Amino acid sequence: MTHIADKDLDHESVYDGLADLEGDASQWAFGTSFEDPLAGVDTTIPEGVDPADLAAYCLMLGDDALVYSHRLSEWCSNAPDLEEDIALANIALDLLGQARLLLARAGAADPRVVPALPEGSPVPAEDALAFFRDDGGFVNVRFVEPDNGDFAVTVARLLVFATWRLALLERLAGSRDPVLAAIAAKGATEVTYHRAYAGRWFLTLARGTEESRRRLETALPVVWRYYADLFASHEVDRRLDEQGVGVDPAGVAEEVGALLDRVLATSGLERPPGPSAGPVSGGTGRDGRHTEALSRLLAEMQSVARAHPLGRW
Amino acid sequence: MSVSAGTLDRQQLRQQVRGVAAAVADPELPMLTLADLGVLRDVEVEPHGQVVVTITPTYSGCPAMATMRDDLVHALHDHGVRDVEVRVRLHPAWSSAWISDRGRRALAEAGISPPGPVRRVSGPIAIDLSPTRREVRCPRCGSGRAELTSEFGATACKALYRCLECLEPFDHVKEI
Repeated sequence: MTHIADKDLDHESVYDGLADLEGDASQWAFGTSFEDPLAGVDTTIPEGVDPADLAAYCLMLGDDALVYSHRLSEWCSNAPDLEEDIALANIALDLLGQARLLLARAGAADPRVVPALPEGSPVPAEDALAFFRDDGGFVNVRFVEPDNGDFAVTVARLLVFATWRLALLERLAGSRDPVLAAIAAKGATEVTYHRAYAGRWFLTLARGTEESRRRLETALPVVWRYYADLFASHEVDRRLDEQGVGVDPAGVAEEVGALLDRVLATSGLERPPGPSAGPVSGGTGRDGRHTEALSRLLAEMQSVARAHPLGRW
Repeated sequence: MSVSAGTLDRQQLRQQVRGVAAAVADPELPMLTLADLGVLRDVEVEPHGQVVVTITPTYSGCPAMATMRDDLVHALHDHGVRDVEVRVRLHPAWSSAWISDRGRRALAEAGISPPGPVRRVSGPIAIDLSPTRREVRCPRCGSGRAELTSEFGATACKALYRCLECLEPFDHVKEI
Protein backbone atom coordinates (compact mmCIF):
# COMPACT_ATOMS: atom_id res chain seq x y z
CA MET A 1 0.00 0.00 0.00
CA THR A 2 2.85 2.35 0.85
CA HIS A 3 4.28 1.79 -2.58
CA ILE A 4 1.03 2.70 -4.27
CA ALA A 5 0.61 5.77 -2.11
CA ASP A 6 4.13 6.98 -2.98
CA LYS A 7 3.45 6.46 -6.63
CA ASP A 8 0.27 8.51 -6.36
CA LEU A 9 2.25 11.43 -5.00
CA ASP A 10 3.93 11.79 -8.38
CA HIS A 11 0.62 12.33 -10.08
CA GLU A 12 -1.84 15.09 -9.86
CA SER A 13 -4.80 14.07 -7.79
CA VAL A 14 -8.21 14.35 -9.41
CA TYR A 15 -9.15 16.45 -6.40
CA ASP A 16 -6.44 19.06 -6.96
CA GLY A 17 -8.86 21.25 -8.87
CA LEU A 18 -11.03 21.53 -5.81
CA ALA A 19 -8.19 22.92 -3.70
CA ASP A 20 -7.87 25.87 -6.08
CA LEU A 21 -11.42 26.83 -5.35
CA GLU A 22 -10.96 27.08 -1.63
CA GLY A 23 -13.57 29.39 -0.17
CA ASP A 24 -15.66 29.10 -3.28
CA ALA A 25 -18.68 27.11 -2.22
CA SER A 26 -20.11 26.78 -5.71
CA GLN A 27 -17.76 23.88 -6.42
CA TRP A 28 -20.46 21.71 -4.86
CA ALA A 29 -23.29 20.52 -7.01
CA PHE A 30 -25.93 22.70 -5.42
CA GLY A 31 -23.73 25.45 -4.07
CA THR A 32 -24.05 26.54 -0.50
CA SER A 33 -27.36 25.20 0.65
CA PHE A 34 -27.21 27.51 3.63
CA GLU A 35 -28.49 30.66 2.14
CA ASP A 36 -31.66 32.03 3.62
CA PRO A 37 -34.76 30.99 1.63
CA LEU A 38 -36.29 34.32 2.73
CA ALA A 39 -33.25 36.44 1.78
CA GLY A 40 -34.42 39.99 1.10
CA VAL A 41 -38.03 39.21 2.07
CA ASP A 42 -39.57 41.68 4.51
CA THR A 43 -40.42 39.54 7.57
CA THR A 44 -41.94 42.32 9.68
CA ILE A 45 -44.79 40.99 11.83
CA PRO A 46 -48.20 42.44 10.87
CA GLU A 47 -49.58 44.90 13.37
CA GLY A 48 -51.40 43.47 16.36
CA VAL A 49 -50.10 39.93 15.85
CA ASP A 50 -48.22 38.10 18.60
CA PRO A 51 -44.91 36.92 17.08
CA ALA A 52 -45.10 33.75 19.21
CA ASP A 53 -48.52 32.93 17.72
CA LEU A 54 -47.35 33.50 14.17
CA ALA A 55 -44.27 31.32 14.74
CA ALA A 56 -46.38 28.56 16.33
CA TYR A 57 -48.82 28.66 13.43
CA CYS A 58 -46.07 28.47 10.79
CA LEU A 59 -44.53 25.56 12.69
CA MET A 60 -47.83 23.68 12.56
CA LEU A 61 -48.19 24.06 8.79
CA GLY A 62 -44.46 23.54 8.28
CA ASP A 63 -44.32 20.38 10.40
CA ASP A 64 -47.32 18.90 8.55
CA ALA A 65 -45.44 19.36 5.29
CA LEU A 66 -42.06 18.25 6.65
CA VAL A 67 -43.24 15.03 8.28
CA TYR A 68 -45.47 14.06 5.38
CA SER A 69 -42.72 14.89 2.91
CA HIS A 70 -40.34 12.56 4.69
CA ARG A 71 -42.98 9.83 4.88
CA LEU A 72 -43.76 10.07 1.15
CA SER A 73 -40.06 10.11 0.28
CA GLU A 74 -39.86 6.56 1.67
CA TRP A 75 -41.55 5.44 -1.56
CA CYS A 76 -38.40 6.43 -3.44
CA SER A 77 -37.22 3.24 -5.23
CA ASN A 78 -40.18 1.31 -3.75
CA ALA A 79 -43.17 2.50 -5.79
CA PRO A 80 -45.16 0.15 -8.08
CA ASP A 81 -43.48 1.63 -11.15
CA LEU A 82 -41.02 4.32 -12.12
CA GLU A 83 -43.64 6.97 -12.93
CA GLU A 84 -45.25 6.69 -9.50
CA ASP A 85 -41.82 6.65 -7.86
CA ILE A 86 -41.00 9.95 -9.55
CA ALA A 87 -44.44 11.42 -8.88
CA LEU A 88 -44.34 10.68 -5.15
CA ALA A 89 -40.76 11.98 -4.88
CA ASN A 90 -41.83 15.20 -6.65
CA ILE A 91 -44.79 15.64 -4.31
CA ALA A 92 -42.46 15.05 -1.33
CA LEU A 93 -40.06 17.66 -2.76
CA ASP A 94 -42.81 20.28 -3.14
CA LEU A 95 -43.85 19.71 0.47
CA LEU A 96 -40.24 19.88 1.65
CA GLY A 97 -39.90 23.25 -0.07
CA GLN A 98 -43.07 24.50 1.61
CA ALA A 99 -41.78 23.20 4.96
CA ARG A 100 -38.47 24.98 4.51
CA LEU A 101 -40.15 28.32 3.83
CA LEU A 102 -42.64 27.92 6.68
CA LEU A 103 -39.99 26.89 9.22
CA ALA A 104 -37.82 29.81 8.08
CA ARG A 105 -40.83 32.11 8.51
CA ALA A 106 -41.40 30.68 12.02
CA GLY A 107 -37.75 31.27 12.98
CA ALA A 108 -37.83 34.83 11.60
CA ALA A 109 -41.10 35.63 13.40
CA ASP A 110 -39.91 34.43 16.79
CA PRO A 111 -36.29 33.28 17.10
CA ARG A 112 -37.10 31.77 20.50
CA VAL A 113 -38.66 28.73 18.79
CA VAL A 114 -35.32 27.77 17.22
CA PRO A 115 -33.37 25.16 19.23
CA ALA A 116 -30.01 26.38 20.53
CA LEU A 117 -27.00 24.77 18.89
CA PRO A 118 -23.32 24.77 19.89
CA GLU A 119 -21.53 28.04 19.23
CA GLY A 120 -20.13 28.17 15.71
CA SER A 121 -22.75 25.82 14.30
CA PRO A 122 -23.50 26.75 10.68
CA VAL A 123 -27.01 25.22 10.86
CA PRO A 124 -29.66 27.76 9.72
CA ALA A 125 -32.87 28.26 11.69
CA GLU A 126 -35.09 26.13 9.48
CA ASP A 127 -32.66 23.20 9.65
CA ALA A 128 -32.29 23.56 13.43
CA LEU A 129 -36.08 23.35 13.65
CA ALA A 130 -36.27 20.33 11.37
CA PHE A 131 -33.39 18.33 12.79
CA PHE A 132 -32.87 19.40 16.39
CA ARG A 133 -36.34 19.30 17.92
CA ASP A 134 -37.52 16.14 19.68
CA ASP A 135 -40.84 14.54 18.83
CA GLY A 136 -42.60 16.42 21.66
CA GLY A 137 -41.55 19.69 20.03
CA PHE A 138 -43.22 18.83 16.71
CA VAL A 139 -46.73 20.19 16.19
CA ASN A 140 -47.82 18.36 13.02
CA VAL A 141 -51.19 16.62 12.90
CA ARG A 142 -51.03 12.89 13.70
CA PHE A 143 -52.73 12.25 10.35
CA VAL A 144 -49.38 12.45 8.51
CA GLU A 145 -47.42 10.17 10.83
CA PRO A 146 -48.45 6.54 10.17
CA ASP A 147 -46.43 4.27 7.92
CA ASN A 148 -47.21 4.52 4.21
CA GLY A 149 -48.87 1.11 4.10
CA ASP A 150 -49.52 -0.15 0.58
CA PHE A 151 -50.10 2.05 -2.47
CA ALA A 152 -53.85 2.23 -1.76
CA VAL A 153 -53.29 3.57 1.78
CA THR A 154 -50.80 6.10 0.39
CA VAL A 155 -53.20 7.29 -2.33
CA ALA A 156 -56.15 7.59 0.06
CA ARG A 157 -54.07 9.47 2.65
CA LEU A 158 -52.60 11.79 0.02
CA LEU A 159 -56.08 12.56 -1.34
CA VAL A 160 -57.36 13.56 2.10
CA PHE A 161 -54.20 15.46 3.02
CA ALA A 162 -53.99 17.40 -0.26
CA THR A 163 -57.72 18.24 -0.22
CA TRP A 164 -57.41 19.56 3.35
CA ARG A 165 -54.17 21.44 2.80
CA LEU A 166 -55.37 23.02 -0.43
CA ALA A 167 -58.48 24.31 1.36
CA LEU A 168 -56.23 25.89 4.01
CA LEU A 169 -53.69 27.31 1.54
CA GLU A 170 -56.38 28.84 -0.70
CA ARG A 171 -57.63 30.82 2.29
CA LEU A 172 -54.15 31.61 3.61
CA ALA A 173 -53.26 33.25 0.29
CA GLY A 174 -55.28 36.16 1.67
CA SER A 175 -53.43 36.23 5.01
CA ARG A 176 -52.55 39.57 6.53
CA ASP A 177 -48.99 38.28 6.87
CA PRO A 178 -47.62 38.85 3.35
CA VAL A 179 -44.91 36.19 3.79
CA LEU A 180 -47.38 33.51 4.81
CA ALA A 181 -49.74 34.66 2.05
CA ALA A 182 -47.01 34.31 -0.60
CA ILE A 183 -45.91 30.86 0.65
CA ALA A 184 -49.55 29.71 0.67
CA ALA A 185 -50.36 31.07 -2.80
CA LYS A 186 -47.34 29.28 -4.22
CA GLY A 187 -48.07 26.07 -2.31
CA ALA A 188 -51.69 26.04 -3.49
CA THR A 189 -50.65 25.67 -7.14
CA GLU A 190 -48.42 22.74 -6.20
CA VAL A 191 -50.94 20.98 -3.95
CA THR A 192 -53.57 21.28 -6.70
CA TYR A 193 -51.40 18.89 -8.73
CA HIS A 194 -51.00 16.58 -5.71
CA ARG A 195 -54.74 16.42 -5.15
CA ALA A 196 -55.43 15.71 -8.81
CA TYR A 197 -52.81 12.93 -8.82
CA ALA A 198 -54.28 11.28 -5.73
CA GLY A 199 -57.88 11.75 -6.93
CA ARG A 200 -57.23 10.07 -10.27
CA TRP A 201 -55.42 7.17 -8.66
CA PHE A 202 -58.19 6.83 -6.09
CA LEU A 203 -60.75 6.44 -8.88
CA THR A 204 -58.46 4.10 -10.81
CA LEU A 205 -57.97 1.82 -7.82
CA ALA A 206 -61.70 1.89 -7.00
CA ARG A 207 -62.71 0.94 -10.55
CA GLY A 208 -59.66 -1.18 -11.33
CA THR A 209 -59.48 -4.81 -10.36
CA GLU A 210 -61.19 -6.66 -7.54
CA GLU A 211 -57.87 -6.61 -5.71
CA SER A 212 -57.25 -2.88 -6.14
CA ARG A 213 -60.76 -2.11 -4.92
CA ARG A 214 -60.40 -4.47 -1.96
CA ARG A 215 -57.16 -2.74 -1.00
CA LEU A 216 -58.73 0.71 -1.23
CA GLU A 217 -61.68 -0.40 0.90
CA THR A 218 -59.24 -1.73 3.49
CA ALA A 219 -57.26 1.52 3.34
CA LEU A 220 -60.14 3.87 4.17
CA PRO A 221 -60.56 3.06 7.89
CA VAL A 222 -56.76 3.12 8.30
CA VAL A 223 -56.54 6.61 6.82
CA TRP A 224 -59.69 7.99 8.47
CA ARG A 225 -58.44 7.03 11.94
CA TYR A 226 -56.87 10.51 12.34
CA TYR A 227 -59.33 12.41 10.12
CA ALA A 228 -60.87 14.37 13.01
CA ASP A 229 -57.46 15.80 13.97
CA LEU A 230 -57.38 17.74 10.70
CA PHE A 231 -60.31 19.93 11.71
CA ALA A 232 -59.74 20.32 15.45
CA SER A 233 -58.96 23.97 16.08
CA HIS A 234 -56.13 24.93 18.37
CA GLU A 235 -56.22 28.18 20.32
CA VAL A 236 -53.48 29.59 18.04
CA ASP A 237 -55.64 28.75 14.99
CA ARG A 238 -58.57 30.60 16.48
CA ARG A 239 -56.61 33.68 17.55
CA LEU A 240 -54.86 34.05 14.20
CA ASP A 241 -58.07 33.39 12.30
CA GLU A 242 -59.72 36.27 14.16
CA GLN A 243 -56.77 38.50 13.28
CA GLY A 244 -56.98 37.62 9.57
CA VAL A 245 -53.58 35.91 9.59
CA GLY A 246 -54.36 32.19 10.00
CA VAL A 247 -57.23 29.86 9.19
CA ASP A 248 -59.24 27.92 11.74
CA PRO A 249 -59.30 24.38 10.27
CA ALA A 250 -62.77 23.78 11.72
CA GLY A 251 -64.00 26.20 9.07
CA VAL A 252 -62.84 24.04 6.15
CA ALA A 253 -64.33 20.75 7.45
CA GLU A 254 -67.53 21.07 5.47
CA GLU A 255 -65.87 21.96 2.17
CA VAL A 256 -63.22 19.24 2.49
CA GLY A 257 -65.84 16.66 3.50
CA ALA A 258 -68.02 17.55 0.51
CA LEU A 259 -65.09 17.30 -1.93
CA LEU A 260 -64.04 13.93 -0.53
CA ASP A 261 -67.63 12.66 -0.56
CA ARG A 262 -67.82 13.51 -4.24
CA VAL A 263 -64.68 11.48 -5.00
CA LEU A 264 -65.96 8.64 -2.83
CA ALA A 265 -69.36 8.68 -4.56
CA THR A 266 -67.75 8.66 -8.02
CA SER A 267 -65.71 5.69 -6.83
CA GLY A 268 -68.76 3.92 -5.42
CA LEU A 269 -67.41 4.08 -1.88
CA GLU A 270 -68.46 5.64 1.39
CA ARG A 271 -66.65 7.24 4.27
CA PRO A 272 -65.64 4.53 6.74
CA PRO A 273 -67.82 4.43 9.86
CA GLY A 274 -64.97 3.60 12.26
CA PRO A 275 -64.12 5.84 15.24
CA SER A 276 -61.40 8.46 15.10
CA ALA A 277 -58.43 8.21 17.43
CA GLY A 278 -58.99 10.22 20.58
CA PRO A 279 -56.56 12.61 22.26
CA VAL A 280 -53.70 11.39 24.44
CA SER A 281 -53.51 13.05 27.89
CA GLY A 282 -55.92 15.65 26.56
CA GLY A 283 -53.83 16.54 23.52
CA THR A 284 -53.10 15.62 19.90
CA GLY A 285 -50.34 16.34 17.40
CA ARG A 286 -50.79 20.11 17.63
CA ASP A 287 -49.99 19.82 21.37
CA GLY A 288 -46.87 17.75 20.73
CA ARG A 289 -48.57 14.41 21.49
CA HIS A 290 -47.78 12.00 18.73
CA THR A 291 -47.92 8.39 17.68
CA GLU A 292 -44.80 6.31 18.08
CA ALA A 293 -44.49 6.25 14.28
CA LEU A 294 -43.28 9.86 14.44
CA SER A 295 -40.44 8.99 16.83
CA ARG A 296 -39.13 6.35 14.44
CA LEU A 297 -39.48 8.67 11.45
CA LEU A 298 -37.58 11.47 13.21
CA ALA A 299 -34.89 9.08 14.43
CA GLU A 300 -34.06 8.31 10.81
CA MET A 301 -34.56 11.82 9.45
CA GLN A 302 -32.48 13.55 12.13
CA SER A 303 -29.68 11.09 12.87
CA VAL A 304 -27.07 12.42 10.45
CA ALA A 305 -27.63 16.11 11.25
CA ARG A 306 -27.51 15.39 14.97
CA ALA A 307 -24.29 13.40 14.72
CA HIS A 308 -22.63 16.47 13.17
CA PRO A 309 -24.13 19.63 14.70
CA LEU A 310 -21.16 21.62 13.43
CA GLY A 311 -21.15 19.96 10.01
CA ARG A 312 -21.16 21.86 6.75
CA TRP A 313 -22.95 20.07 3.94
CA MET B 1 -16.94 43.01 -21.20
CA SER B 2 -15.87 44.29 -17.86
CA VAL B 3 -18.14 46.32 -15.67
CA SER B 4 -16.57 49.01 -13.58
CA ALA B 5 -18.40 51.47 -11.41
CA GLY B 6 -15.64 54.03 -11.81
CA THR B 7 -15.96 54.65 -15.52
CA LEU B 8 -19.69 54.38 -16.05
CA ASP B 9 -22.64 56.23 -14.71
CA ARG B 10 -25.26 54.23 -12.85
CA GLN B 11 -27.66 54.03 -15.75
CA GLN B 12 -25.05 52.50 -18.04
CA LEU B 13 -23.86 50.23 -15.26
CA ARG B 14 -27.39 49.09 -14.64
CA GLN B 15 -27.84 48.19 -18.30
CA GLN B 16 -24.59 46.28 -18.36
CA VAL B 17 -25.20 44.27 -15.20
CA ARG B 18 -28.72 43.53 -16.35
CA GLY B 19 -27.28 42.12 -19.54
CA VAL B 20 -24.86 39.93 -17.59
CA ALA B 21 -27.52 38.64 -15.19
CA ALA B 22 -30.04 38.08 -17.97
CA ALA B 23 -27.57 35.88 -19.88
CA VAL B 24 -27.05 33.38 -17.00
CA ALA B 25 -28.38 29.97 -18.03
CA ASP B 26 -30.81 27.91 -15.99
CA PRO B 27 -28.92 24.97 -14.42
CA GLU B 28 -31.66 22.42 -15.22
CA LEU B 29 -32.82 23.81 -18.57
CA PRO B 30 -29.57 25.26 -19.95
CA MET B 31 -31.19 26.20 -23.26
CA LEU B 32 -33.01 28.92 -21.28
CA THR B 33 -31.54 31.93 -19.57
CA LEU B 34 -32.88 32.88 -16.14
CA ALA B 35 -34.49 35.85 -17.90
CA ASP B 36 -36.21 33.55 -20.45
CA LEU B 37 -37.48 31.39 -17.61
CA GLY B 38 -38.89 34.44 -15.84
CA VAL B 39 -37.00 33.68 -12.63
CA LEU B 40 -34.95 36.88 -12.91
CA ARG B 41 -37.25 39.65 -11.72
CA ASP B 42 -35.05 42.65 -11.16
CA VAL B 43 -31.48 43.94 -11.30
CA GLU B 44 -30.67 47.20 -9.56
CA VAL B 45 -27.52 49.14 -8.81
CA GLU B 46 -27.48 50.76 -5.37
CA PRO B 47 -25.94 54.26 -4.99
CA HIS B 48 -22.73 52.83 -3.47
CA GLY B 49 -22.32 50.35 -6.33
CA GLN B 50 -23.82 47.21 -4.83
CA VAL B 51 -25.76 45.16 -7.36
CA VAL B 52 -29.03 43.67 -6.07
CA VAL B 53 -30.51 40.84 -8.12
CA THR B 54 -34.06 39.65 -7.34
CA ILE B 55 -35.26 36.17 -8.26
CA THR B 56 -38.53 34.28 -7.80
CA PRO B 57 -38.44 30.50 -7.25
CA THR B 58 -40.24 28.33 -9.80
CA TYR B 59 -41.36 25.73 -7.22
CA SER B 60 -41.17 25.88 -3.40
CA GLY B 61 -38.76 22.95 -3.33
CA CYS B 62 -36.79 23.67 -6.48
CA PRO B 63 -33.25 22.48 -5.62
CA ALA B 64 -31.75 24.57 -8.44
CA MET B 65 -32.35 27.86 -6.62
CA ALA B 66 -29.03 27.77 -4.78
CA THR B 67 -27.19 27.07 -8.02
CA MET B 68 -29.00 29.91 -9.78
CA ARG B 69 -27.96 32.24 -7.00
CA ASP B 70 -24.33 31.10 -7.18
CA ASP B 71 -24.29 31.33 -10.97
CA LEU B 72 -25.61 34.90 -10.84
CA VAL B 73 -22.99 35.94 -8.28
CA HIS B 74 -20.23 34.31 -10.32
CA ALA B 75 -21.28 35.80 -13.62
CA LEU B 76 -21.29 39.27 -12.06
CA HIS B 77 -17.96 38.64 -10.28
CA ASP B 78 -16.46 37.58 -13.61
CA HIS B 79 -17.53 40.94 -15.01
CA GLY B 80 -15.91 42.87 -12.22
CA VAL B 81 -18.88 43.39 -9.93
CA ARG B 82 -17.65 42.48 -6.45
CA ASP B 83 -20.60 43.43 -4.30
CA VAL B 84 -23.63 41.34 -5.28
CA GLU B 85 -26.69 40.49 -3.24
CA VAL B 86 -29.30 38.04 -4.49
CA ARG B 87 -32.75 38.52 -2.98
CA VAL B 88 -35.82 36.33 -3.13
CA ARG B 89 -39.24 37.66 -4.10
CA LEU B 90 -42.08 35.28 -3.24
CA HIS B 91 -44.96 37.42 -4.43
CA PRO B 92 -46.32 37.17 -7.04
CA ALA B 93 -45.57 33.45 -7.37
CA TRP B 94 -43.70 32.31 -10.47
CA SER B 95 -45.91 31.23 -13.33
CA SER B 96 -45.05 29.25 -16.45
CA ALA B 97 -46.72 32.16 -18.29
CA TRP B 98 -43.55 34.14 -17.52
CA ILE B 99 -41.43 32.01 -19.89
CA SER B 100 -40.52 34.26 -22.82
CA ASP B 101 -41.34 33.53 -26.47
CA ARG B 102 -37.64 33.06 -27.13
CA GLY B 103 -37.58 30.62 -24.21
CA ARG B 104 -40.52 28.68 -25.61
CA ARG B 105 -38.82 28.33 -28.97
CA ALA B 106 -35.58 27.24 -27.28
CA LEU B 107 -37.45 24.60 -25.27
CA ALA B 108 -39.17 23.20 -28.36
CA GLU B 109 -35.87 23.15 -30.29
CA ALA B 110 -34.32 21.17 -27.41
CA GLY B 111 -37.11 18.58 -27.55
CA ILE B 112 -39.11 19.90 -24.60
CA SER B 113 -42.74 20.83 -25.08
CA PRO B 114 -43.34 24.39 -23.81
CA PRO B 115 -46.20 25.12 -21.40
CA GLY B 116 -49.64 26.08 -22.66
CA PRO B 117 -51.73 28.95 -21.32
CA VAL B 118 -52.30 29.06 -17.57
CA ARG B 119 -55.92 28.90 -16.47
CA ARG B 120 -56.62 30.96 -13.40
CA VAL B 121 -59.86 30.45 -11.54
CA SER B 122 -61.23 32.55 -8.76
CA GLY B 123 -62.57 30.79 -5.70
CA PRO B 124 -61.95 27.17 -4.68
CA ILE B 125 -60.29 25.03 -7.35
CA ALA B 126 -62.67 22.26 -8.45
CA ILE B 127 -61.40 18.72 -8.12
CA ASP B 128 -60.79 17.14 -11.52
CA LEU B 129 -60.81 13.35 -11.71
CA SER B 130 -60.58 13.07 -15.47
CA PRO B 131 -57.21 12.75 -17.20
CA THR B 132 -55.39 16.04 -17.79
CA ARG B 133 -56.08 17.46 -21.24
CA ARG B 134 -53.60 19.79 -22.86
CA GLU B 135 -52.83 20.89 -26.36
CA VAL B 136 -49.45 19.24 -26.55
CA ARG B 137 -47.41 18.84 -29.73
CA CYS B 138 -44.55 16.35 -30.02
CA PRO B 139 -41.40 18.51 -30.20
CA ARG B 140 -39.72 15.89 -32.43
CA CYS B 141 -42.25 15.08 -35.15
CA GLY B 142 -44.82 17.83 -34.56
CA SER B 143 -47.73 15.43 -34.10
CA GLY B 144 -50.60 16.59 -31.94
CA ARG B 145 -51.28 13.03 -30.82
CA ALA B 146 -49.48 12.47 -27.54
CA GLU B 147 -50.40 10.73 -24.31
CA LEU B 148 -49.58 11.71 -20.78
CA THR B 149 -47.30 9.21 -19.06
CA SER B 150 -47.05 11.07 -15.77
CA GLU B 151 -47.89 14.51 -14.39
CA PHE B 152 -44.54 14.43 -12.62
CA GLY B 153 -41.22 14.21 -14.43
CA ALA B 154 -37.48 14.52 -14.00
CA THR B 155 -37.79 17.95 -12.40
CA ALA B 156 -40.58 19.60 -10.44
CA CYS B 157 -41.59 21.73 -13.42
CA LYS B 158 -42.10 18.97 -16.00
CA ALA B 159 -44.63 16.29 -16.95
CA LEU B 160 -43.84 13.21 -19.06
CA TYR B 161 -45.49 12.54 -22.42
CA ARG B 162 -45.20 9.99 -25.20
CA CYS B 163 -45.85 10.76 -28.84
CA LEU B 164 -48.36 8.37 -30.41
CA GLU B 165 -46.96 8.96 -33.93
CA CYS B 166 -43.19 8.69 -33.55
CA LEU B 167 -43.45 6.94 -30.16
CA GLU B 168 -40.74 9.10 -28.63
CA PRO B 169 -41.14 10.12 -25.00
CA PHE B 170 -40.75 13.82 -24.23
CA ASP B 171 -40.91 16.32 -21.39
CA HIS B 172 -43.58 19.00 -21.13
CA VAL B 173 -43.14 22.08 -18.94
CA LYS B 174 -46.23 22.15 -16.72
CA GLU B 175 -48.66 25.03 -16.55
CA ILE B 176 -48.55 26.59 -13.13
